Amino acid sequence: MRLLLPLTFLLPLAGTLSLAFLQARLGERGSARVGVTSVGLAALVTALLAYRFLAAPEVLTVTLWHWIAVGDFQATFGLRLDGLSLTLLGIVTGVGLLIHAFAAWYMRGEEGVTRFYAYMNLFVASMVLLVLGDNLLLLFLGWEGVGLCSYLLIGHYYRVAANGRAAFKAFIVTRLGDALLAIGLFLLFHELGTLDIAEILRRAPERWAAGDPTVELAALLLLGGALGKSAQLPLHTWLADAMAGPTPVSALIHAATMVTAGVYLVARMHGLFLLAPDVLALTGVLGALTLLMAGCAALAQTDIKRVLAYSTMSQIGYMFLALGVAGFEAAIFHLMTHAFFKALLFLAAGAVIVGCHHEQDIRRLGGLWRRLPLAYAGFVVGGAALAALPLVTAGFYSKDEILWQALASGHGGLLLAGLLGSLLTSLYILRLIVGIFHGEAGSDGARRAEAGRGPAHGLPLVVLALLSTVLGAAIEPPLGEALPAPHQGGEGWHLALEIVAGGIALLGIGLGAWLFLRRRAWLAAVAARGRGARLWWLWHHAWGFDAAYDRLLVRPYRGLVWGLRHDPIDALCHLPARLAGRLHVVLSRLQSGRLRGYAVAMAVGATLILLAMAVVA
Amino acid sequence: MALIGLILIPFLGGLACWQGERWGERVPRWIALGSMLLVLLVALGLWWQGDYRLVAAAEPGSLPWAVEWRAAWIPRFGIEVHLALDGLSLVLVALTAWLGVLAVLCSWHEIRRRVGFFHLNLLWILVGVVGVFLAVDLFLFFVFWEMMLVPMYFLIALWGHSSATGRTRIGAATKFFIYTQASGLLMLVSILGLVFAHRAATGDVTFSYAALRGTPLSDALAMWLMLGFFLAFAVKLPVVPLHGWLPDAHAQAPTAGSVDLAGILLKTGAYGLLRFALPLFPDASQAIAPLAMGLGLVGIFYGALLACGQQDIKRFIAYTSISHMGFVLIGIYAGTALALQGVVALMVAHAFSTSALFILSGQLHERLHTRDLREMGGLWGRLGSLPGFMLCFVVASLGMPGTLNFVGEFLILFGSFPVAPWVVAIASAGLVLAAVYSLLLMQRVHHGPPRGEGRSTDLDRREYAMLLGLLALVLGLGLYPQPLLDTAGAALHELPRLLGNAMTLGSP
Repeated sequence: MRLLLPLTFLLPLAGTLSLAFLQARLGERGSARVGVTSVGLAALVTALLAYRFLAAPEVLTVTLWHWIAVGDFQATFGLRLDGLSLTLLGIVTGVGLLIHAFAAWYMRGEEGVTRFYAYMNLFVASMVLLVLGDNLLLLFLGWEGVGLCSYLLIGHYYRVAANGRAAFKAFIVTRLGDALLAIGLFLLFHELGTLDIAEILRRAPERWAAGDPTVELAALLLLGGALGKSAQLPLHTWLADAMAGPTPVSALIHAATMVTAGVYLVARMHGLFLLAPDVLALTGVLGALTLLMAGCAALAQTDIKRVLAYSTMSQIGYMFLALGVAGFEAAIFHLMTHAFFKALLFLAAGAVIVGCHHEQDIRRLGGLWRRLPLAYAGFVVGGAALAALPLVTAGFYSKDEILWQALASGHGGLLLAGLLGSLLTSLYILRLIVGIFHGEAGSDGARRAEAGRGPAHGLPLVVLALLSTVLGAAIEPPLGEALPAPHQGGEGWHLALEIVAGGIALLGIGLGAWLFLRRRAWLAAVAARGRGARLWWLWHHAWGFDAAYDRLLVRPYRGLVWGLRHDPIDALCHLPARLAGRLHVVLSRLQSGRLRGYAVAMAVGATLILLAMAVVA
Repeated sequence: MALIGLILIPFLGGLACWQGERWGERVPRWIALGSMLLVLLVALGLWWQGDYRLVAAAEPGSLPWAVEWRAAWIPRFGIEVHLALDGLSLVLVALTAWLGVLAVLCSWHEIRRRVGFFHLNLLWILVGVVGVFLAVDLFLFFVFWEMMLVPMYFLIALWGHSSATGRTRIGAATKFFIYTQASGLLMLVSILGLVFAHRAATGDVTFSYAALRGTPLSDALAMWLMLGFFLAFAVKLPVVPLHGWLPDAHAQAPTAGSVDLAGILLKTGAYGLLRFALPLFPDASQAIAPLAMGLGLVGIFYGALLACGQQDIKRFIAYTSISHMGFVLIGIYAGTALALQGVVALMVAHAFSTSALFILSGQLHERLHTRDLREMGGLWGRLGSLPGFMLCFVVASLGMPGTLNFVGEFLILFGSFPVAPWVVAIASAGLVLAAVYSLLLMQRVHHGPPRGEGRSTDLDRREYAMLLGLLALVLGLGLYPQPLLDTAGAALHELPRLLGNAMTLGSP
């Protein structure tokens, strides 16, 4: 057991290293083999660990070495496996393995496959450290590591300048959150004298009463980090652009795992957040706002992946909502099911994109359901789970749990936002599926679509599709010990809520089917003129955050850089030199060589000196 | 004996290089490489043998040096050749030797003219630097301090590049010389002032560091003397607004010169503050600490903003150095044990990562014959493994956890937080700017549409080995910095007490 735990991050790391050093010799197939095998072995180890943990649930800790030890500052390279980290570990390695395998199909024939797998493996290693780290500094290492891999993979197609800009934006925006998280770490260490997570959770209630300003501040700073990583308001602008990366990257990093790290952080530090009720409330409100904001934005996108990106934001908004009402278990449960069905949607989208020769504009696709049956099935199952179709889908159970927690804890407003979000969800996913698979094909790429073949293409889709159904919801994450118990309430209310939520999902589907299948022309006409056009514009640009940030932050920064580029302070330091230069010109003119001038100067000088002496005397 | 050896080996090696040129161009290179390796070996041997963790509570008046070497020089004025070594100086001496090896290696093909004299200058810079790190007689310290300048001046003036925009290598060398010389003279005045004050109090004339430490001074006098030291070190560090020489010197210097400048000459400034300015004048230093930390903040942001606007890759890296040194300044004046440890770690980390970036820009220059970022772009697929290395060091320079830079920056910030939370909060925004300029560099050089087809020559073994060695150190020490921290820790252990910060740490 103890020896197994470190293997979960060492194996992918070994994959990265061998890919980095053997790159020339491996070739495309070899690289894929190394990349998939290393994550596969890590998944196998995780399965073993899970088997042992479920048989005898006890927290497993392994301290590999002392990372930094200076006086009181003791940061170890220590791993800790409890129910919460095991859940995340399973998602990271399990879903990670499926996506790695799918990528072998997706990336075939492209250049840079070795580089791609090296970064993907490094990502898995970092993510494993993030969820297993037993202290905040190690968690931060994983946290920054996944951010770096995300940057590298978004910019995978480095020749296109826009991809570089998207990668840059993703790193910088999340780094803003990371800086807040770092300050939070400084504050926590200063106040509590430790960075060990278990120790912080033990000491915090002893030191602070609930609502103490210091603990509120600390929680707020941690929340800042979580908002950046999980693309929540107001640090959400990077995620839609991050879709510039290869689709498996979007599936793994920007849907299933990394973006949910913020949810993990808050759940992991739940003891701190429970002491900070104001920040917890803020978490819920931000989650609710994000889920509505992103849901609307998803309705007005034309790129498949951008629809899915806003959908991811919206779903993570649900998780934050759950965290905000202290329904930590519900948040993690939804994190898990979301990882399944969103990875499925992204991989199915990848199948469509490759099948249609890299066409990903909904307007140029259409009528594909016959040609790409597996991708269609994936979209239908994943979409149903996303829309939380009652009883048969995994998404229904997890979303219902979130809504129930909101109701049971008495957060009526958040509950309403969640229900409204369900309606939006049904609408946008139906619009997407109809746009891709029904109607007329809009381009040659779509007309000549070729279905993918081979187990690397089919198997991940099938497995994820199964997990997105009620089978996935049957997996019960072992969170009992790790997180506080969920809110309880009357079973009658719960049933009523289930009926209402299910009804809303079905209503959304029905409304969507009517709108997008029957009234297409009418919709297009509305969106083209007047208010409809303005609303389309606003939603298409996700409420204009990008433009606002550009004006408020990016341009002033650029202006400052431009204004300072010649180093004004240095120029100031050149003044003495300039002055000396001028003086040199003046004085050398005086040395004209003419006797007459010297004589006059001497006479005047002597007179002045004599006068001065006379006056002083 | 080992200590004087550390100074004599490069000194004599330099002379041998100069004369060795008669027998061919390769001879000076091998002599220089051999002598730097020897210095490195001696330094590592000292590390291996000595125990730097223990701080022997010595009797008052003498200091707990691990190794000491002294000989009379000018007894009449109490001047002696007194060299001493503790953990801090050992770390920096070993760093100097290691970067000296790299400086020789990276000039292997770059320098073609007057090879012998070049290596004489290169080695004598290191003589000066090692001397600065070892001298504990203030007069001797000043001699070494000045001795660094002259060979550096020649290195820039004779083997430098003149850029198209009218900046000349002679101009840059002169600017470097004037800045450092002028501030060095202020330090000389302060040294003499301190010696006279000591004579007035005790009647002895001595330049000994140990003796001068306890000199009773009036507040005003201490402030003035401290400022003399502070200015000299601030120019070297460099602290904005005294940084003007650095970008010019870097941009115009040959690669080896940039490696030495960034890697070790800047560190003499920080070392001077730690060794002299703070212990000699603890109260006055404490008094200007807020100002110094403020200047550190200015440096972090000013350097970062300026870096983003540069078109010359070496000027770009030079401004990022200014930004990093802002963190060092904050850490030094926060003065807690944790922050000081961070300072040492960041100094070493910065030496590794920045000199690697300078070596890489030298290699880019050898392949592309330009240092202008506007003429680069899309180089990722065209340069073999060079872009991969560049990525690693760029990531180190933005302070990615797992690298030594992270350890340094975060220990500084952790350590400074109890003393100055607001300074730390603002400095943390500098972490974002560090990401901005680091990734911008990567973006402009290697990403984007390629400017041409075809591949340049891949790194040869010498280049690969240099970079791999640096990378191994950055990552190895980043994941296990304890040897470094333990070695330097004991030497710094007294400063927090002197600055009155002993109790601020660890007591929640």
